Amino acid sequence: MTALADHGADHGAEQGVGQADSPLRRFLADFFESRVATVAFAALLGIVFIALFAPWISPTNPYDLATVDILDNRLPPGSEGFTGMTFWLGTDGAGRDILSAIFYGLRTSLSVGVMSGLIAMVMGSSIGLVAAYFGGRTDTLIMRIVDVQLSFPAILVALVLLALLGKGVDKIIVALVAVQWAYYARTVRASALVERRKEYVEAATCLALDHRRILFRHVLPNCLPPLIVVVTVQTAHAISLEATLSFLGIGLPVTEPSLGLLIANGFEYMLSQKYWISIFPGVALLITIVTINLVGDQLRDVLNPRLQR
Amino acid sequence: MAANAPALRVENLETHFFTKAGVVKAVDGVSFSVERAQILGLVGESGSGKSVTGFSILGLVDPPGRVVGGRILFDGQDIANAGEAQMQSLRGNRIATIFQDPMMTLNPVLRIETQMVETVLAHQEVNRETARKRARDALGQVGISSPDERLAAYPHQFSGGMRQRVAIAIALLNDPDLIIADEPTTALDVTIQAQILYEAQKLCRERGTAMIWITHDLAVVAGLADKVSVMYAGRIVEAGAIDQVLDHPVHPYTKGLIGSVPSRNKRGSPLYQIPGTTPALLNLAPGCAFRERCPRADPACLEEPGLSEPVPERAVRCFHPYAEAEA
Amino acid sequence: MSAFVIRRLLQSIAVVMVMSLIVFFGVNIVGDPVDMLINPEADQADIEAAIRALGLDRPAHEQYWYFLVNAFKGDLGSSFIFGQPALQLIVQRMPATLELAFSALFLSVLIGIPLGVYAGLRPDTLASKTIMSGSILGFSLPTFWVGLMMIMIFAVILGWLPSTGRGETVPLFGVPVSFLTLNGLSHLLMPAVNLALFKMSLVTRLARAGTREVVHQDYIKFARAKGLSSRRVVMVHVLKNIMIPVVTVIGLEFGGLIAFSVVTESVFAWPGMGKLIIESIQNLDRPVIVAYLMITVLMFVFINLVVDVLYSVLDPRVRLQDMRA
Repeated sequence: MTALADHGADHGAEQGVGQADSPLRRFLADFFESRVATVAFAALLGIVFIALFAPWISPTNPYDLATVDILDNRLPPGSEGFTGMTFWLGTDGAGRDILSAIFYGLRTSLSVGVMSGLIAMVMGSSIGLVAAYFGGRTDTLIMRIVDVQLSFPAILVALVLLALLGKGVDKIIVALVAVQWAYYARTVRASALVERRKEYVEAATCLALDHRRILFRHVLPNCLPPLIVVVTVQTAHAISLEATLSFLGIGLPVTEPSLGLLIANGFEYMLSQKYWISIFPGVALLITIVTINLVGDQLRDVLNPRLQR
Repeated sequence: MAANAPALRVENLETHFFTKAGVVKAVDGVSFSVERAQILGLVGESGSGKSVTGFSILGLVDPPGRVVGGRILFDGQDIANAGEAQMQSLRGNRIATIFQDPMMTLNPVLRIETQMVETVLAHQEVNRETARKRARDALGQVGISSPDERLAAYPHQFSGGMRQRVAIAIALLNDPDLIIADEPTTALDVTIQAQILYEAQKLCRERGTAMIWITHDLAVVAGLADKVSVMYAGRIVEAGAIDQVLDHPVHPYTKGLIGSVPSRNKRGSPLYQIPGTTPALLNLAPGCAFRERCPRADPACLEEPGLSEPVPERAVRCFHPYAEAEA
Repeated sequence: MSAFVIRRLLQSIAVVMVMSLIVFFGVNIVGDPVDMLINPEADQADIEAAIRALGLDRPAHEQYWYFLVNAFKGDLGSSFIFGQPALQLIVQRMPATLELAFSALFLSVLIGIPLGVYAGLRPDTLASKTIMSGSILGFSLPTFWVGLMMIMIFAVILGWLPSTGRGETVPLFGVPVSFLTLNGLSHLLMPAVNLALFKMSLVTRLARAGTREVVHQDYIKFARAKGLSSRRVVMVHVLKNIMIPVVTVIGLEFGGLIAFSVVTESVFAWPGMGKLIIESIQNLDRPVIVAYLMITVLMFVFINLVVDVLYSVLDPRVRLQDMRA
């Protein structure tokens, strides 16, 4: 059964789209079968939209000092400001509109998360492919490094790097990549090893095709399903970790306020019942992480050949 | 227990599995009885319902399965719908079990001693030391040397045959009235299998224990059982004394089974194969379940054949049985 | 058995050496060790004296040797901020962190295993589904955010528990602990639950997966066929089998608890080494950072060692394989 399903998946990746019962269509039908996943996917699309177009859809630019009035500080949600504008989610300690700050924060959080995820994926997948393809000592060495790295918690690794590197967008991306690459390497290596033993790779090797061509044109596409699942899980993880590090004050600088930083800024006001400054950015972070995880869960169910009906 | 009353009488037992796809009648009106010091062979292919019959007697059918009809008279008392507490006091005590795969039936992370002593302590008011002594004695009875050493060992330190001996020793611990053995020798080497069969037969005779030996292997029951019931698709298709059934099978299925066993007398002549495969029990059509594979089937077989008793102690479920002389 | 322990011990020492190399060269390559290890406010003469004292004018391999020798003597430099030896600072904060981590471990096992076993035994009940949804949330919600919510609900709105600090401590074998006083316990509760949530979800899922696998094994059916009470079947036959993966993961994850206590300690102002390292990173107090890293590595390696040994005690099959090897 597993063998059959596997076989189907191989063909799926090679045939691509276009036929009536194409793998892509079946995949989409399976994916949207779950109502929870559909809602999560729609919500995620909304979040991505907000992040992409934050400067154009935000009520105000919270970091433009000309438009922010310090007299509007710490207004509760729904209050009207000094200039007559309504702050639906209230304002923070500097008089900034929380809603706008969240839009901009989402933009920062998502771009850092996605950027680090992409870099880690490319790096980790390549390393994993190399390990699987060349095997032997290369493989042993790479996997030993992966194992050692994974035996340390992500937050510790990030902490070490940030301690050595300091603050900054580029630095936190480096730290997040360092945390994630090993997962990609391990995933891709595992599925590439399965592929490598298949006959078509042996055939390609016998034809003396270029290593790179075999790897990227033949082996990699077949590693995609597990890779896609890892991408979603790791991106959610990266966003969460970035928020944590920024909250701790060792992640992004104050000039690049991500959701974590917004939450940290509101923390001091929370004890005096001014909950909205922290809560709303927190809810935004929560929705982002939970929707990505829900979409990832459904992807795992749909893409797992063992569960295919 | 009265001298002549059967230790166990099963009447019209029905155990069904209520799956999402429909009802699976795994056991569908099965009746048999077994007396003290007697061995009943319950023979059938996998999926014939023979194991489910065994679990039904023990009250161990897992959901979605359920005993939905019939009576299970153990020592004259109907236990088909007995409560969990009563079944618990019977299991391992008066009704013992030996399972198929000795590799799987002993808990890998517990010492043999733990697994034996707990069986005694679950049913008898004795101290740990007495329980341990019984465990040691039971191991001795099944031919395991240096039982003290063995008690301290873990299952993985035993060979397959040894483990099955341990499983039998556990079954004997509380001196049961009935032992249900579910394919206990299938996973073993032939020589070990013969030893186990010999031990089982001896113990059953010496202690007057009734035994139900569930197997797919006619050759195993041939030298062991006193009587045999052949199951097919949840029903008993033929039953009788072991020699009668083996020498003169009357049901086409039994005849096919016997014909498919290689034997020295039949060397050179091709083995008989029953055509087709066992039917799926899910939403089984009415009528004789064997008709699709039966050489003698005709339109009459679309009806459900009853279980007839051509001679006393002999039963067959077929419209077109072979005459006894034909075989 | 002892050969096994010795072999694991040697492996652990190797990992510590490799990690010390990485930390040492990390400090040397990424930044100027003079900046890293010497107070930037010191004057030129002091700096030169310190360079000689630290052997920074020597070749790299000799420097590494000095680093090791000093580390063995327990000298990992002095904090710029506190002026105390870095090691001493960390050791002072360690009991608070360990107390928090052990409390969290205790909670996650005490709550996670029963929940997981229940969900594994009765997978289709509403309660089980709720448990499993809860564990997904426990996995995906950021720890700091859950901590904030807890402070808001239980400290700010309801006013039941104190929001920060460690509360009253009493010495136990010379180590100050919170859990023996009511006041300390009330301070410990929220941080411990906060830190435990992630592991609790993990333990619940592991226990559930293990239970679901084990209950279908023949030996469980055989145990029931022996007439054992369901209590004994679950508490002995099922539990002992699922404990192997659970203990392994709990052990390995104990290091994770210490690492993640960084977050919880910062949220609840718990005076442990996690809070210290965050402050040190913010203040660029590098000797403390280096000392923290070395100590954490040691702790991780030690934990892995203990887990391996425990594992062999729990699973007789591992023991046997090792004797053969």
